[in-house]
Amino acid sequence: MTAHVATPPGELRAALIIARFVLRESLRRRVFVVIGLLTLLFLGLYGLATWQAFEAADELSAGNRFGVDANTLVGATLAGLSLFAILFLGTILAVFLTLGAVRGDAERGLLQPLLVRPLRRRTLLLGRWLGATAVCAPYVVLVALGAFALTDALGGWWPDRTLGPLLALALGVAILAALSLAGSIVLPATANGIAVFMLFGAGLTVGLLGQIAEGINSDRLERISDIGSWVLPFEALYQAGLADLTAETVGFEKLAIDLGPFGGAQSGGAALWIFSLAYLALVGAAATAALARRDL
Amino acid sequence: MAPALSVTDIRKSYGPVHALRGVDLEVGTGELIGLLGPNGAGKSTLVKIVCGLVRATGGTATVCGHPAGSAAAQATLGYLAELFRFPDWCTAGELLALHQELSGSDGGAAERQELLELVELADVPDRRIGDMSKGMQQRLGIAQALIGSPRLLLLDEPTSALDPAGRRTVRALLEDLRARGVSVLLNSHLLSEVELVCDRVAIIDHGSVVAAGTPAELSRPGGVEIETAAGTRTFAQATRDDVPRIVRELVAAGEDVFGVAVRSSTLEDAYLEAVGRA
Repeated sequence: MTAHVATPPGELRAALIIARFVLRESLRRRVFVVIGLLTLLFLGLYGLATWQAFEAADELSAGNRFGVDANTLVGATLAGLSLFAILFLGTILAVFLTLGAVRGDAERGLLQPLLVRPLRRRTLLLGRWLGATAVCAPYVVLVALGAFALTDALGGWWPDRTLGPLLALALGVAILAALSLAGSIVLPATANGIAVFMLFGAGLTVGLLGQIAEGINSDRLERISDIGSWVLPFEALYQAGLADLTAETVGFEKLAIDLGPFGGAQSGGAALWIFSLAYLALVGAAATAALARRDL
Repeated sequence: MAPALSVTDIRKSYGPVHALRGVDLEVGTGELIGLLGPNGAGKSTLVKIVCGLVRATGGTATVCGHPAGSAAAQATLGYLAELFRFPDWCTAGELLALHQELSGSDGGAAERQELLELVELADVPDRRIGDMSKGMQQRLGIAQALIGSPRLLLLDEPTSALDPAGRRTVRALLEDLRARGVSVLLNSHLLSEVELVCDRVAIIDHGSVVAAGTPAELSRPGGVEIETAAGTRTFAQATRDDVPRIVRELVAAGEDVFGVAVRSSTLEDAYLEAVGRA
């Protein structure tokens, strides 16, 4: 046997090695093929719905007496709905890529051979998160762009701001991937998957509470909704993305959109982005501390 | 030079359960140590503490002078777990390449090829691990543990899924590694295997080392049996040195001697006695 020199890689390089391995696994397990086909199905259904909605909007516009641009109303509402659906799809992807990443892999004996290499546990977590995010974030961005393009092609409506909603979705799924990865340290895979989807549902509920609060003008409910959005910032990001869709829209169209199911949307400003990044770092630190204490 | 492995008063408790109760063990350079003990004795826990997978409750463990679990310690060891799995979607070559990258080995394709040849998997570098038999995966595990030329090799039941030919291959490999100065801690239930290859043996039971020494030291004389025309006569307290005298006396007494057998207890006897199951 020939003796070889081993010079362990730096922490970032090691994390990228793990991330690349996660991506390769996604490719090899044909995750992208399945997702691609299902996404095409989703976009096909979205396109069909959009086409029908704009057809109906044309009829509505012909007879409306209030000067409301029905195309804007329909386009914004559909794009808003698509954001919600895409966040949900991205969440599914994030959860399935991470739900058994630590405890599940350790119980199956997959993790130990990696962690006896000169690889810090936090580096493994970083690599797993980077790998999952490198799949989920581009996915939601591309699907959202596809949905916007369909809305534009079929009804001539494009969001007022494009970058904001895309970044909000990307950061939202990155946070969900981090939460799922952190959960995978302490929970068995199935329980972790359920827990993350319940968090997603809780976020949705917080958003609905905000809408109700606005509708009935309740400060207390609005405060509860605000606190919930800070605790689950992926929801706040989604609301911010939603707000960006019609950020430049004014007048009756804006009023009509705000009366719809996505009327609670509000931009969190720069603070939301800074807070979301800090939240991500906090989840990472908590996950690192939890994994450091865990016997494998 | 620091010993390949030094374990001092290592203790580990899982709540009220004491898995290790103060274990001391040292593995010198090029030494091949067998770790024996019944299921649940604490052998795997000890190995996992050395690997940094499990945190000790007390005591110290160093690998080549570095604290166990540190990156420096892990850079010097190779490990094959008792219960392990590799990603079933990747190939043998890809798995070794991943471990080369993580350990920073400069061996490249030549190292992968050499290791696959060593464990007799050179003809299937592109086979998916999911399509390999358990024995092939175990041999791949050994190859993986050897990535980056480790100074200390920790093998937890490395031959449990191997056929006799595979076991012989691994024995030859272990002897080759010892000759090259690689230290090995071999955790195995196969006493005959341990007896054949190990320089020293440590027997663990209920979290403590209950016996240690060379296989010869642990085995005790079992008397001398002499086959005569009148039947087999046993001299229970006799040793090999007593044989010429006993034979002379028997012949002088007019007996015909047809055969002599010097008996000693096996490692299995010593093991069963040490763990109180003799």
